[in-house]
Amino acid sequence: MTLAETQPQALTFECETGNYHTFCPISCVAWLYQKIEDSFFLVIGTKTCGYFLQNAMGVMIFAEPRYAMAELEEGDISAQLNDYEELKRLCLQIKRDRNPSVIVWIGTCTTEIIKMDLEGLAPKLETELGIPIVVARANGLDYAFTQGEDTVLAAMVHRCPDKAPETEKEERNAISKLLNFGRKKEEVVAEEAEYTDHPPLVLFGSLPDPVVTQLTLELKKQGIKVSGWLPSKRYTELPVIEEGYYVAGVNPFLSRTATTFMRRRKCKLIGAPFPIGPDGTRAWIEKICSVFGIEPKGLEEREAQVWANLEDYLTLIRGKSVFFMGDNLLEISLARFLIRCGMTCPEIGIPYMDKRYQAAELALLEKTCQEMGVPLPRIVEKPDNYNQLQRINELGVDLVITGMAHANPLEARGINTKWSVEFTFAQIHGFGNARDILELVTRPLRRNNSLKDLGWDKLVKEDAKV
Amino acid sequence: MKLAYWMYAGPAHIGTLRIASSFKNVHAIMHAPLGDDYFNVMRSMLERERNFTPVTTSVVDRNVLARGSQEKVVENITRKDAEEHPDLIVLTPTCTSSILQEDLENFVQRAQLESKGDVMLADVNHYRVNELQAADRTLHQIVQFYIEKARKKGTLPTDKTEKPSVNIIGISTLGFHNNHDCTELKRLMADLGIEVNEVIPDGASVHNLKNLPRAWFNLVPYRELGVLTAKYLEAEFGTPCVDITPMGVVETARCIRKIQEILNAQGADVNYESFINEQTLHVSQAAWFSRSIDCQNLTGKKAVVYGDSTHAAAITKVLSREMGIRVVWAGTFCKYDEEWFREQVKDYCDDVIISEDHGAIGDAIAKAEPSAIFGTQMERHVGKRLDIPCGVISAPIHIQNFPIGYKPFLGYEGTNQLVDLIYNSFTLGMEDHLLEIFGGHDTKEVITKGISADSDMAWSKDGLAELNKIPGFVRGKVKRNTEKFARERSIEVITAEVLYAAKEAVGA
Repeated sequence: MTLAETQPQALTFECETGNYHTFCPISCVAWLYQKIEDSFFLVIGTKTCGYFLQNAMGVMIFAEPRYAMAELEEGDISAQLNDYEELKRLCLQIKRDRNPSVIVWIGTCTTEIIKMDLEGLAPKLETELGIPIVVARANGLDYAFTQGEDTVLAAMVHRCPDKAPETEKEERNAISKLLNFGRKKEEVVAEEAEYTDHPPLVLFGSLPDPVVTQLTLELKKQGIKVSGWLPSKRYTELPVIEEGYYVAGVNPFLSRTATTFMRRRKCKLIGAPFPIGPDGTRAWIEKICSVFGIEPKGLEEREAQVWANLEDYLTLIRGKSVFFMGDNLLEISLARFLIRCGMTCPEIGIPYMDKRYQAAELALLEKTCQEMGVPLPRIVEKPDNYNQLQRINELGVDLVITGMAHANPLEARGINTKWSVEFTFAQIHGFGNARDILELVTRPLRRNNSLKDLGWDKLVKEDAKV
Repeated sequence: MKLAYWMYAGPAHIGTLRIASSFKNVHAIMHAPLGDDYFNVMRSMLERERNFTPVTTSVVDRNVLARGSQEKVVENITRKDAEEHPDLIVLTPTCTSSILQEDLENFVQRAQLESKGDVMLADVNHYRVNELQAADRTLHQIVQFYIEKARKKGTLPTDKTEKPSVNIIGISTLGFHNNHDCTELKRLMADLGIEVNEVIPDGASVHNLKNLPRAWFNLVPYRELGVLTAKYLEAEFGTPCVDITPMGVVETARCIRKIQEILNAQGADVNYESFINEQTLHVSQAAWFSRSIDCQNLTGKKAVVYGDSTHAAAITKVLSREMGIRVVWAGTFCKYDEEWFREQVKDYCDDVIISEDHGAIGDAIAKAEPSAIFGTQMERHVGKRLDIPCGVISAPIHIQNFPIGYKPFLGYEGTNQLVDLIYNSFTLGMEDHLLEIFGGHDTKEVITKGISADSDMAWSKDGLAELNKIPGFVRGKVKRNTEKFARERSIEVITAEVLYAAKEAVGA
């Protein structure tokens, strides 16, 4: 059998038991409350939810965060207390103390099980309080980790204005305001000419402001104007969405938001690979350009330049293997990038695989494997961590990207790990941040270079027992 | 409903998991939705645990909601039994399973039929007890289970050990300085000529639990964990219990005298007075410290104390009785044990506060304006905001409260550690205060470094806006690099685009 024949012809998808470790989706409040500056997130759940948030957010909790628990007590569970009255009391307190522009209710497992009608209560209370209340059911019964953001953004799509007054239209959007900051009207008008005439494009996905600026400028170079971004810096600056607008996602876990844009707001979704890694960023821009009939300029050179700048990191990882245990849905994009970097990837674990929303990304993964001449990875949906640990032992991989529950025990057994959650919080999008991804990926390998020859690889006494 | 930002004690299942994962070869299976296994992260991070945390989840998802767990829990238990052969599997209910009201006891019975190891359902109600109470109950439950099992099989030893011996009860994973305390207690027992019969739950095997009755007495160092077990052993076997926390010089002596009394009542004929005397005067530095000029300077200084009942009560006594510090108020979040706490500290502080509300505690600190705070991580942050130093004496805690170096709070070495902790908190506060009076270390304004001060480069408004988003500590460097980049390329105005191009070029 030749080598070529041993390589599978198409991606294989498997589904295991779903016994895996991930963060609860309510963790999305940690980054969303910081992104949407005038919001307040109220998580309606139990001590368990609170304990998770308190510990997962570390020091952020001490910075007077704009989030809180509505902690359910026995009286709430047994319906001795009136949900509406209780929520009203708490929301009034929040309004008094923080005066937010929106309160986001995060429904949890408990509100699901006791069937608390949050969607029904919110409009009534909203009228009474005079503050918008957005409901997102980000619970562990249905979703994993980053999917929490998806449920919040999907709920926000409904709140985007469908038509802004003509005069305000230019001003409404935070990004154009930022880019036009302090310029005279004539200059702005002159700059409008720099853009190609194309239908309005709105991007979705919560990213740190510097990354928003970078991606917006990247598209500007192609003459593409970003009319708005969901979420924007403030709830009061949600982008205008009209029927026929184009939308594009920047993160792979936003399938509900994409669906909501298409079905409820009659937008057209640009299905592209995600702008993670220089290859992904280029493919993302090219796809948007192609939809608008624009010939992309200078992208090839741009990508080549970024790759050239990464060479010192690439030499560290070329030919090494990486195993994704799966917990944040960024796995397909990251694996595709790392394979392009010269790594092999036997397995991509992923909590949930939307083959339609990620279609372009999956196609790029397949193409990348073929071009790099490496076997296609097996994609394991709802993985079983125990089985994965057996496979990691058998395969002898060079790097495991995994959650904190497994990282230290694997390290003690001489297996290199990178904590997966860091990829969610680091800046990894666009050409300029490719280096940040590799900074994370190579860190354990660079650590090994400093510690090699010390003979401290395996630090557990008994044979690896999991 | 309660508006809550922060909680001092965790949910009940955390307590059960702490007990289960403290034992050797015991596995806990949580009946919980995805994401509730955060315990594994905490143990792996805080304890820097080298082994996989023996906790898995039988995941509650939509299907379970619709049809019930059915075979799922039973399958997960028997699977784990086959994979890892644990001695015991503890099925752990969570807040979610509490309201689903599935017959978990029935699952346990069915799983037991197929499992080689023992299977048990942790008997804790999420809405009635917190982490600490649940831990106390679970430990009791496991001990009772194995005592009764041995009794049924007729393998329960009835004789006491030949020499005086002790069970140390309540050392557990994720406990505040528990492993150091355990070492210190073992050393103390060795010094007293007492054999350590069993330490539970940390590192213990369930097979050894039947030996618990062989000890002459039980030592329960922490008020929160082990009291139920000790009471049970006292009722069943008449084993007396010493529940005086040996924290601080006076309490350590009191604990040792109580041990002496109990052993002599069982015919041991021991006298520890000279040992206490020698340790107090010459080994521990704490007694000498309280005479020294350093400590004299602390006389009458104001402090507040807050934490779990064990640590808050003991520290209050140490501050007030051993160092002459005025404790303005002492408080605990262990509301369920209020009476005990009040009794312990009533002579040693002006006021007692029993509250789980970190806001109320913060306000009480602000109002008291103490020179130092002794509390949890939350109080440390209150201290930061108010510019008051804080020594952390109790959970909830961060990774820095799991030191690698030897830092017990109990026993004679513990008294030394306490002196450092307390004295360092106060002197730091004094230094700060003096600096302020004399106008700080360096009153001259700092002259900006290098070329970043008056560069002739022009920055556009958007460029400046982006620059200002960069964290302060690296902003200067980014500014310099960007200007260098612009100069090399003869760019006249630095825009946001130039800034990011420069960032890419230097690969930072």
